[in-house]
Amino acid sequence: MSKTIKLVYEVTADDFTRAGEASGDVKSKLKMMGVSPEAVRKVAIAMYEGEINMVIHAGGGRIDVEISESEVTVVLADKGPGIEDIEQAMQAGWSTAPDNVRSLGFGAGMGLPNIKKYSDFMDVKSQVGAGTTVTIKVLL
Amino acid sequence: MKFNNSVHLDTEKCKGCINCIKRCPTQAIRVRNGKAVIIKEFCIDCGECIRICPHHAKLPIYDPLPVLDDYEYTVALPAPSLYSQFNNLDDTDIVLRALLKIGFDNVYEVSSAAELVSEISRRYIAENEDKKPFISSACPSVVRLIRIRFPNLIEHIIPLSAPAEVAASLARKMASEKTGLPPDKIGIIFISPCPAKVTAVKNPIGIEKSDIDAVVAIKDVYPVMLNHMSHSDAVLEELSASGKIGVSWSRSGGEAGGLLTDSYLAADGIENVIKVLEDMEDQKFPDLNFIELNACFGGCVGGTLTVENPYVAKAKLDRLRKYMPVSKSRIGDMNPEPLFLQDKIEYIPVFKIGADMKESIAAMAKISELCDKFPGLDCGSCGAPTCRALAEDIVSGRANERDCIHLLRGYIHQLSEQFNLLDSYTKHGAADALSNVSDVKVE
Repeated sequence: MSKTIKLVYEVTADDFTRAGEASGDVKSKLKMMGVSPEAVRKVAIAMYEGEINMVIHAGGGRIDVEISESEVTVVLADKGPGIEDIEQAMQAGWSTAPDNVRSLGFGAGMGLPNIKKYSDFMDVKSQVGAGTTVTIKVLL
Repeated sequence: MKFNNSVHLDTEKCKGCINCIKRCPTQAIRVRNGKAVIIKEFCIDCGECIRICPHHAKLPIYDPLPVLDDYEYTVALPAPSLYSQFNNLDDTDIVLRALLKIGFDNVYEVSSAAELVSEISRRYIAENEDKKPFISSACPSVVRLIRIRFPNLIEHIIPLSAPAEVAASLARKMASEKTGLPPDKIGIIFISPCPAKVTAVKNPIGIEKSDIDAVVAIKDVYPVMLNHMSHSDAVLEELSASGKIGVSWSRSGGEAGGLLTDSYLAADGIENVIKVLEDMEDQKFPDLNFIELNACFGGCVGGTLTVENPYVAKAKLDRLRKYMPVSKSRIGDMNPEPLFLQDKIEYIPVFKIGADMKESIAAMAKISELCDKFPGLDCGSCGAPTCRALAEDIVSGRANERDCIHLLRGYIHQLSEQFNLLDSYTKHGAADALSNVSDVKVE
């Protein structure tokens, strides 16, 4: 019998109507598994922010989710443009979003800061021109 | 925990088809032994199965009109949606007078109580900015849905009783002061657009006991009232105590209108409501002040106990309210405390699949293993609405793998191969037959 639940999601670039499907699915599974509402909220918000980042900036990508007895790990990996200055990107309000994206109500510069706020562990690895991998952990 | 529903199945009429299991927004219905069965704790009384059933086998539960005879003194609590059912209505007093003529001793408009709830809601929102966006507590199906599926949103629900409940407690007070009768001789009777209110009375959330004694259907009262609706009456005592704000509660956007804010959204229809709640949970619109949610399309005018098409009813209501004053009922020096819910709304995780994380992980693994096995057609033939729901049912011990007719077909196919094998064994001898054995797997 497996000790963890592993889930994989492919995220499509620029598809705003489907953005949030992956985090929505994880959210409903965590609720069924009896995870505390607070932890569900953290995973849902942090993962949604990461997912929408992939849709807007990164040309899509892949999300790996692992649910264990003690934590939820979300790894969001893309082959997008990469982040030049991670520290700067972590600042609340800092954004590179073009106007057409901002007009949709996205790109307020709260993506990465929100992921940090709603996770217990966060790691960003990025290489310009090669892609970005964001790892999030929420403790249960 | 006690779970009530306000849907009754006419087993004679139920054909065991898949219409209701497919439509149910909480996947609360299964077909078992050819009949639709509700998993009570999943049901939120939204009325979708009543609407969709082509055989009229799903019946709303409510009290019959003769319930009036059970009491010495009765007060009718007309839902605001009642006004929207009539053609060319110019004055709500015509409706209220008709209620007296068909046997009620007094009336207390729910729309009047709604104006009080609007006033207190405005105050509550202003005083609790940090908890916004606020969700209306008026639709009992929505509150039930949040309670079982959106634990993080419970704190956003405005902790006020629904207008019908407020009207009932004020009407009870009025009636007992007026008549001096003991409580059991007084009947407070709600004229309802929806059966969810029946559950809200029998098994209330946030209060210990409802003040409503009986719930009758608009569709039962309507034909009886028609004979007593007349414009020609001489000038009589004015009965109406509500204006635009109160009567507008019957349609989507009406309650929000009474809050005098532009920062709101109003969603109607249970599937739309669920989408809004999902987005709200992901904090997609933290800046809005108020979220009005109605399980029925169009709002209460779309309830399953009404007679008029909800959108026509809405148009009729807009015509009626045109010349009404904004509001007629005010809190004034009344103590607002009784309008608030006494108890906290508690999260009930009815969909939980394991007692602890270890069990849940094992159950979730089993569910996805089963899902891989099923054809993914969501055909409903097994009695569950989707292949996934069947997998969940199997894991929670409610169903069997062979309830899936496609898997069953596979088993039968295998079985017939085995018979063929047996046949060839008897015809050609064991060695020949046994060379084929490795191709057949016996489950």
